Amino acid sequence: MGGTRRPRPVRSRLPRWGFAYPAAVTFCVELTGVHKAFGATRALDGLSLTAEQGQITAVLGPNGAGKSTAMAICEGLHRADSGTVRVLGLDPATSAALLRPRVGVMIQDGGLPVMARAEELLHHVSRMYARPRDVGELVDTLGLAPFARTSVRRLSGGQRQRLALAIALVGCPDLVFLDEPSAGLDPQARLAVWAMVEQLRTDGVSVLLTTHLMDEAARLADHVVIIDHGQVIAQGTVAGLTGATGDGAAHLGSRPRPDRGAPAGAPGTMHLTGTFTPEVISAVEHLARTHQLQVRTDPTGAPPAPERTLEDVFLELTGRSLR
Amino acid sequence: MTEHAGASPWVVRVLSHAGFEMRNLLRNGEQLLLTVILPAIVLVVLVRTDLVRLDVGGQDPVQVAAPGVLALAIMSTAFTSNAIATGFDRRAGALQLLATTPLGRSGLLGGKVVGVFAVELVQIALLGTLAVALGWRPALSGLPVAIGAVLLGTAAFTALALLIAGTLRAEAVLAGANLLWLLLVVGGGVVFPASGVLTSLPSAALGDALRASLGGTGAGTGLLELVLLAVWTVLLGGATVRWFRWH
Repeated sequence: MGGTRRPRPVRSRLPRWGFAYPAAVTFCVELTGVHKAFGATRALDGLSLTAEQGQITAVLGPNGAGKSTAMAICEGLHRADSGTVRVLGLDPATSAALLRPRVGVMIQDGGLPVMARAEELLHHVSRMYARPRDVGELVDTLGLAPFARTSVRRLSGGQRQRLALAIALVGCPDLVFLDEPSAGLDPQARLAVWAMVEQLRTDGVSVLLTTHLMDEAARLADHVVIIDHGQVIAQGTVAGLTGATGDGAAHLGSRPRPDRGAPAGAPGTMHLTGTFTPEVISAVEHLARTHQLQVRTDPTGAPPAPERTLEDVFLELTGRSLR
Repeated sequence: MTEHAGASPWVVRVLSHAGFEMRNLLRNGEQLLLTVILPAIVLVVLVRTDLVRLDVGGQDPVQVAAPGVLALAIMSTAFTSNAIATGFDRRAGALQLLATTPLGRSGLLGGKVVGVFAVELVQIALLGTLAVALGWRPALSGLPVAIGAVLLGTAAFTALALLIAGTLRAEAVLAGANLLWLLLVVGGGVVFPASGVLTSLPSAALGDALRASLGGTGAGTGLLELVLLAVWTVLLGGATVRWFRWH
């Protein structure tokens, strides 16, 4: 990956064909009241969501919730029936030619021509860009070398996913859409993909991804949007959605976390609820001194409720019935 | 701070995609069989054996067979191969993916058409050389009409290929394109001159235009067939624009 990049404002400049990019915008993606139907099926029903520049935004939802439709509209592959869509400040339905050089896309199931060879395909897509990323570097980073000369139809699902990710990144995009980027990957490949996505954020690239993997969203996302039946039903940070209070009182040994709303430098607190043997209390006090935490005991209190996971929240909101 | 890569010039994108399409078509053994080997076999069978008799009106059989075989090769590439490749790319989502790059939909279609023409040049060179070796002496005066027939025939059959590939499932495209190819070969006037209403088919118009212009058969100038091909191009192109789905 290249050198460190910071989040970039949308540049105001005049391409040779005479359209000006809009002045700086806060959101790389902004959907407002978007409706989309396929026949009698309502895919999006007034969807409104935003994704901030330089952040990783994860869109979660059950099968058929409208995730991929929303992505396809942002990518310019579908037109919204109504509502407003802005990607990097532009309408993808009317400004696709301006957006394509700036947006990388990884569609669900890869979308790779089956007769092409892996590295040949990557080189082919790189030739669509004036100053593409070094193909060899992408091949190395994503471990594509062992199957570089293999035709796409002979690749495994995981190999196709990695190749599709490389294709999404070869144009040094400002914004990347990743539709289920680690679906079908083994743990090693998944970690490699996650590292690459995190590197994108470090480089200042905005990422909008969909996933069914809650641990993926919890690890990667700065902002999570949960949608169902074509509408946003919850959004926020992972901590915000899981109800973590950030006051350091919920768990034995927890420390205040500024990213969860606690003031920076606030003293940590260890709450001991219930009863403990003297040995445990001694060990805890030693631990507390080591980590400069205050110890509060409440022998009659109930044990703290375990923190909810993102999956708990997701199932509470979308139900447990199969779709 | 690293800038995004920007788009390469349109011509570079389209030519690059044309080369990509051409390599993929030529790499596919089944398609190579359909586009080069089968037409070559048909040519040899018609000219050197008595298995199938052409109505040649007293001419050397190769004068009638060679233009028809070229028409067959063009139809095979522009229609059958193109439809099957596009149908499977559509099912894989490849059309969508490439359309999101700076290539875009127009560049993708432009590259596809130029790629088909490039394959046809290879076919014409190989089959033309074989035909000349078998005694074909094309009428060079008919070259402008022949070039027009190749261009319009390619346009009409590419539109038909995209219409089928963009509306049917990949398996149906495979079956339908091969079946239609067979029917047009047998009764569509492409290799053997058709009669009656069948002469209005695009395959017959392409075959007749090439026979008239290159065969020296004295069967008209081929201009009427060019008009017919242009009409088919407009009709099929309009239907493709109306019904083609990218996904």
